[in-house]
This record gives sequence, C-alpha cells and structure tokens, in this order.
Amino acid sequence: MDREDTKARIDTLIEPFNKKNVEITESTSFANDLEWDSLTVMDFVAAVEDEFDIIISMNQQAEIENYGQLVDAVAKLREG
Amino acid sequence: MTEASAQPHKPEPVAEPDGAVADLFSKFDPLMKQRRELLDTGVTDPFSLVMERVLSPVTAVCNGRETILLGTYNYMGMTFDPDVIEAGKTALDDFGSGTTGSRVLNGTYSGHRECEDALREFYAMDHAMVFSTGYQANLGIISTIAGKGDYIVLDIDSHASIWDGCAMGQAEVVPFKHNDIDAMEKRLKRIPEGAGKLVILEGVYSMLGDVAPLQEMVAVAKKHGAMVLVDEAHSMGFIGPNGRGVAEAAGVMDDVDFIIGTFSKSVGTVGGFCVSNHPKFEIMRLVCRPYVFTASLPPSVVATATTSIRKLMHAGEKREHLWTNSRRLHLGLQELGFTLGTDAPQSAIIAVIMPDLEQGAAMWEALLREGLYVNLARPPATPANMTLLRCSLCAEHSEEQVGQILAMFEAAGKAVGII
Repeated sequence: MDREDTKARIDTLIEPFNKKNVEITESTSFANDLEWDSLTVMDFVAAVEDEFDIIISMNQQAEIENYGQLVDAVAKLREG
Repeated sequence: MTEASAQPHKPEPVAEPDGAVADLFSKFDPLMKQRRELLDTGVTDPFSLVMERVLSPVTAVCNGRETILLGTYNYMGMTFDPDVIEAGKTALDDFGSGTTGSRVLNGTYSGHRECEDALREFYAMDHAMVFSTGYQANLGIISTIAGKGDYIVLDIDSHASIWDGCAMGQAEVVPFKHNDIDAMEKRLKRIPEGAGKLVILEGVYSMLGDVAPLQEMVAVAKKHGAMVLVDEAHSMGFIGPNGRGVAEAAGVMDDVDFIIGTFSKSVGTVGGFCVSNHPKFEIMRLVCRPYVFTASLPPSVVATATTSIRKLMHAGEKREHLWTNSRRLHLGLQELGFTLGTDAPQSAIIAVIMPDLEQGAAMWEALLREGLYVNLARPPATPANMTLLRCSLCAEHSEEQVGQILAMFEAAGKAVGII
C-alpha cells in the first residue's frame, strides 16, 4: 500500500476526467488547472471512493485542493 | 431567487492589487457581472418581480396585468380559504400580532400547541415541533442530532437548508449521486463501525419535481442501522392517500425517524416543523438552537396553519384534481415539444429545461407578457447547471386555466424560438 501504488491507481481514474489533457503534477489544482466543476468533482470523488473502498467526506474534500494532497489523503485513508 | 437546492454557493475569492484595502464584497463580482450582462440584453429582471395585488391562490396583478400564477408553492390553494382566513383574523383579535418571544420562554401560546396537535394527527405520529420557518426546521434538527464524529449520508441535490444544517452540526458529510440507491448503500457500508448515521432524503426534489425511490432507500438505510430524515416540503397535502407525502405513498412511514415539513407550501402560510416517533424527541425543544434562539410564529400564523392542516386531512378531491392538472400540463408541454425534467409527471412541479440562461430569461419574460408567471431557476440552485422554468400547479387551477397556460407556452415558445 505504498504511495506509488495509490498514485498509479488515481492516475488511471483521472484520465477520463482530464478532458484537456493537462499535465498532472503534485501541485495540479482540480478547480483551477483541471477546471472541474462541482459535478465533475463529485463523480471523480465517487470513482476514487469506489476504487479504494473508502469515504472521502465533504469535510475532508475541503482540505484537498491539488493532486498531491489527494494522493496523500487517499494513502492515509487506506492505512485506515 | 427563492431557494437553492444544490450545494452552497461558494464564491471564488478575487485577489486585490497590492496595497489595496480588501473589499469583502469583491467575491461577488463574478455574479454581479453575470447579472449585469443578462440585464444588458434588455430582459426584465426575473428576480425582482412585484405582485401588486393578489386576487386568488392562482391569479395576481403583476405590472398592471392580471397574471396566472404557475410558480408558487401554493399547491393546495389554501391561502384564500375562508375558514383559514377567519381563523387568522380571530387569532389576531384575541392574541395580538406577535409573541415577541422564544418558544421556550414567553412564545408558546395555546395556538402553537394546537398547531402541534394538528400535525401529530395529520401524520399519526407521537411528537411534533413547530419552527419559525422550514429552513430553520432543517437547520435545527439536522445540526442538533448529527454532530462531530457522526456521519450524514445525503443526496447531492438536497435543499440549501439541509446542506446548511449539515455544515452547522460539523458531522462528516457524505453525499451520493441523486436518487442512486447503490451509491447510497456503498457509502453507508464504508462508515466506521459504531459511528452515528443519519440518512437525509427528500420526498420530492423541487428543482425537477422528481420523487425519491423511498421504499428502496429507506430499507437500505435501515439495513445499515441509520436513522432516516425525509424532507416532505413539496409533497405534504398532495402525495399519499392522506397527503402525508412520498413516504406514505411508498408505505415506509414507520421506518422514517423524522419528517421535516413546511407551512409555506401546501399549508399556505409560513413556518416549519418536524414530526417523529422517537421516544426522546421532546428534548429537542431545549437543545435545538434554531428553535430556542428565535421568536415563535405569530398567533395568526399558527391559527391559519392549524386550520389549513386540519382541512388538508380531508382534501382527497383536491388532491385528485391537482393530479389531473399535473398530468395534463406535463403531457401538453411534451406534445408542444418542450424538454421536461421528468419523463412522467411525478409531483405538482413540472420543470421545463431551457437551453441556457439567456433564452430561459427571454422565455420567462415572454410568458409574463402573455400573462403567466413561472419560476426561473438557474445555477447554483439547479442540478447539472441547468436553467429551468419551473411550473408548480395548484389544486385551484381550473381546467380552463390549464388550457390557457398551454396556449401561452406555445405562443411564447414560438416567439423565443425554443419550440
């Protein structure tokens, strides 16, 4: 359950949502760089939750603005 | 805009130039710009209409013209019921214009108790608590029962008052895709063992007028040990054999822990309530801040509400007529070529989907010129960033008026080029 595994699986999930083929780095912001609206965010979060069988509550989502933070948060949630 | 069903509007902060004093209003600039652009097209402002005179539950004078109202929540047409009006006048004479106090101090008059008695009878439930608005009922109940460490699982299209109640209580908030039973169950399964769980659903979702699959959803919630709260604001008085709402129609009243409702729709005045069979429910009167720290409803308001609620218990014929109206308008609009929010009529709300805000506003204005008022709803109140013309029918709309409404839609739709 290392960070690389989490990262690889999240990368696969992001692909269909990354319509503009933005290059993803640790600091890529979901709202500003990927320009996701709240509906896209919801669908993406649901995909991540289902992939890892975790809950990312709205409260936790509020703290996640970029890709790096998401990977960290998911890795932490997987450790349970 | 009368309400927002979607998530709270979160304006993006706008950076100020170096050294400038930050204006706290800068965050509203994008919205102000969008509004200015819309009004610059010459369209009448859809969000500042004034009703100069109200003639009946279904007609008013707007801009000096008699207008059919198809955008109110006066589903059962109780606002001009003679018994309701009489009860209000008597209470005004006997108890004065207001209570000037909290329900837990000097603000509970016999009328407030009688109103809660009427609600208990209407729903056949043990407890009823009346709030000053429906917004406060959701805000108060949700924030008080689900606190830090508890989990709230709710539909993503929930009303603003539900989202605000969630935020105020600081519970973990877990939304799921609209009306998606599997998505709801997956989230319930993942909640840590031992945590308190509240599932929040609405009977009728007011933007598209669609109904929740409560039979399945309530069963899933109960299977996973969650308490269930259902907001029946848009179904009370109309849906279900006794007008108790979608939960009654779905046969799941016994498994719903809390029903939230309002007096500002079918009941025809203002106020909110929660009914419940929970044995400890009465403690809410002492711990629920939006109940305690506000003035109670005026005596005339609770008197009109009580009379209206009691009459709604025996309103089977009106319910039938309202269903007839809803079915006819839905079919008629479909035949005219409009895109509707639901494939079949599910409630008294029929949402006509507009291509964009500009055409929606133009259509709204064209209808108003024809003599018809509907609600223009736009993001963030609407799901999927849609612009909607929301039609809500009333049991007092006559057969003839529904025919007029369809003719007006046809004329306006052709004038604007939507059909």
